[in-house]
Amino acid sequence: MSLSPVDGAALAEIESGGAAGAEAGVSRERRIVGRSPGQLAWLRLRRDRTALVSGAMLVLFVLVALAAPLIELAYGIGPRDQFQSKLDGFGMPLGYAGGVSGDHFFGLEPGLGRDIFIRLVHGLRTSLFIAFAAAVLTAVIGVVLGTLAGYLGGWLDAVVNWITDLTLALPFLVIALALTPTLTLRFYGQRDAVPPAFGIGVLIAIFAVFGWTSTARLVRGQVIALREREFVEAARASGAGLGHMLFRQLLPNTWAPILVSFSLAVPQFITSEAALSFIGVGLTEETPSFGRMIYQSLDYLQTDPAFVFFPGVTIFALVFAFNLFGDALRDALDPKSSR
Amino acid sequence: MARFLVKRTLSAVLTLFAVSMLTFLMFFALPRDPVSGMCPKNCNPERLERVRQELGLRDPLVSQYAGYMKGIVTGRDLGSAQGGRCDAPCLGWSYVNNEAVTDTLARVLPVTASIVIPAAILWLLLGVGLGMVSALRRGTWLDRAAIGFSLTGASLQLYFVGAVLLLVFVYTLRWLPVPGYTSLFEDPVRWASGLVLAWVSLAFLFSAIYARLFRAQMLETLSEDFVRTARAKGLSRTRVYGRHALRAAITPVVTVAGLDVGAALGGTVITETTFGIQGLGRTAVEAVRAGDLPTIMATVLVAAVFVVLANVLVDLLYAAIDPRVRLG
Repeated sequence: MSLSPVDGAALAEIESGGAAGAEAGVSRERRIVGRSPGQLAWLRLRRDRTALVSGAMLVLFVLVALAAPLIELAYGIGPRDQFQSKLDGFGMPLGYAGGVSGDHFFGLEPGLGRDIFIRLVHGLRTSLFIAFAAAVLTAVIGVVLGTLAGYLGGWLDAVVNWITDLTLALPFLVIALALTPTLTLRFYGQRDAVPPAFGIGVLIAIFAVFGWTSTARLVRGQVIALREREFVEAARASGAGLGHMLFRQLLPNTWAPILVSFSLAVPQFITSEAALSFIGVGLTEETPSFGRMIYQSLDYLQTDPAFVFFPGVTIFALVFAFNLFGDALRDALDPKSSR
Repeated sequence: MARFLVKRTLSAVLTLFAVSMLTFLMFFALPRDPVSGMCPKNCNPERLERVRQELGLRDPLVSQYAGYMKGIVTGRDLGSAQGGRCDAPCLGWSYVNNEAVTDTLARVLPVTASIVIPAAILWLLLGVGLGMVSALRRGTWLDRAAIGFSLTGASLQLYFVGAVLLLVFVYTLRWLPVPGYTSLFEDPVRWASGLVLAWVSLAFLFSAIYARLFRAQMLETLSEDFVRTARAKGLSRTRVYGRHALRAAITPVVTVAGLDVGAALGGTVITETTFGIQGLGRTAVEAVRAGDLPTIMATVLVAAVFVVLANVLVDLLYAAIDPRVRLG
């Protein structure tokens, strides 16, 4: 018998535990603990290294976003400060890699000469706020309408389905492009200064109106498949009410896809905001945003690649961390997962 | 089945109606004068007035809308400045492009289709393949590599990938020409070489999402009892995974693929902007910027038609794939 030292020790421990009987049984008794699915998921999540690393990254990003004014204070440069003296005659930053230095961690923007690092910090704040607000709104609307439509069917299903088809049929970017200036002009005149908060609000509203349908469709599909299952029929046969059916029978079984779709939605809204800025809608020049910076940077693709690199890599890291964490969360939440 | 088709067609037509009305209203809610955008800068008041008359902007909104819809179904007579008689699917005349909108569409639609269709084939094959491999080899290095690939792709932005690809293959290595569109029937090699970067970047980003989705669904399916039963009764691995499990796990992929392809055919705005290709998406964005009502209406309607058609197809496919789903 070839026992490794560890196996031997474990075996000895079990044997001694068995021999010592009564006195050891009190202190190191292997109790069977009842754990809720939520506790199990939390345990699995804590053991997952990917989840820990990506979770820590996300916490860091959120902290940076929350502490943006403090960072600005410590850094000593604001997002709108210009450093024209550090640009050459063509408006290109002096020095290597787009003017990276001890004063400017990520260099300067060509042209206006604003600091890229502090603009990214503020852009992170804007992006995260918009994405979270939009994701929560769309998830709530989508889950409620999707579950109801899938389970009840009938006219409600028809109406929800039809609205879903309608919003999905509209080309999102084009409509957003047409709507944003219209809405802005409705509330503010041609010459009024539009506060940045209004632009952010309009974006969140557009995302909520257009975004909920994908969640609703997903949930509806899941619920329709579940509706034909035996356990649902059994619950219905024993006289369960609507609330019980929706929240105790159907929702727990659609939990995983809903979470996956939420975990996909946050980074998706971050990229949607960037995409909108990319085609020139969205936030005003004053508000720092990822998409705007990347769009501006593409003009300097050949002359100043560092300007493309920093915003591009930051937004990638942010979205990547979200996706990693979402995946780990899905694994942890899956009751059938063996890990 | 027939009942389902009739119902679905009716609701599709209803949706398209609603889209056309919404777009019409949205455009007239724009505070600026729709005509000023349609007429170049040196417009005198008489010409502006004539354009208004010809476009029927003096008529009530309802009759304008009715005229537009009638044009689509039967064709209509536009003023001499708008090219006279406009045949059956008449979508109006664009003063910005100085041509009938149907001609613009006929020019840009093949461009977008040439971007989307090969890209979609690529991303579906790649996505489902990767998802399958990583689900079956869960926990191995192959799985981790596939997950890594798909997470990277899902986290990248098209304009960023496009920019890097352009910088490497077009500007530095000079392996490919500057992206552009040539007709497939004119010169297939130039057609492919001008669009291949767009296909690759679209496929990379989209297949990532599909691989993720399919892997998750496949893992769930693999832990189901029927898979174990099928294996236990002696069916081969290929048959169980390739037919039984694949069929059960593919439904969400079909949904997403239908929506994605439908939406992409309606205009790939970001791709076209990144690579500077004039397809439906860029045409739509430029029309919104210029306030070119007939072109906006047409692009939005065409995009809507694609999405609605894709939806009907997805529903039919659902019933074909999953016998538990009953149409009716």
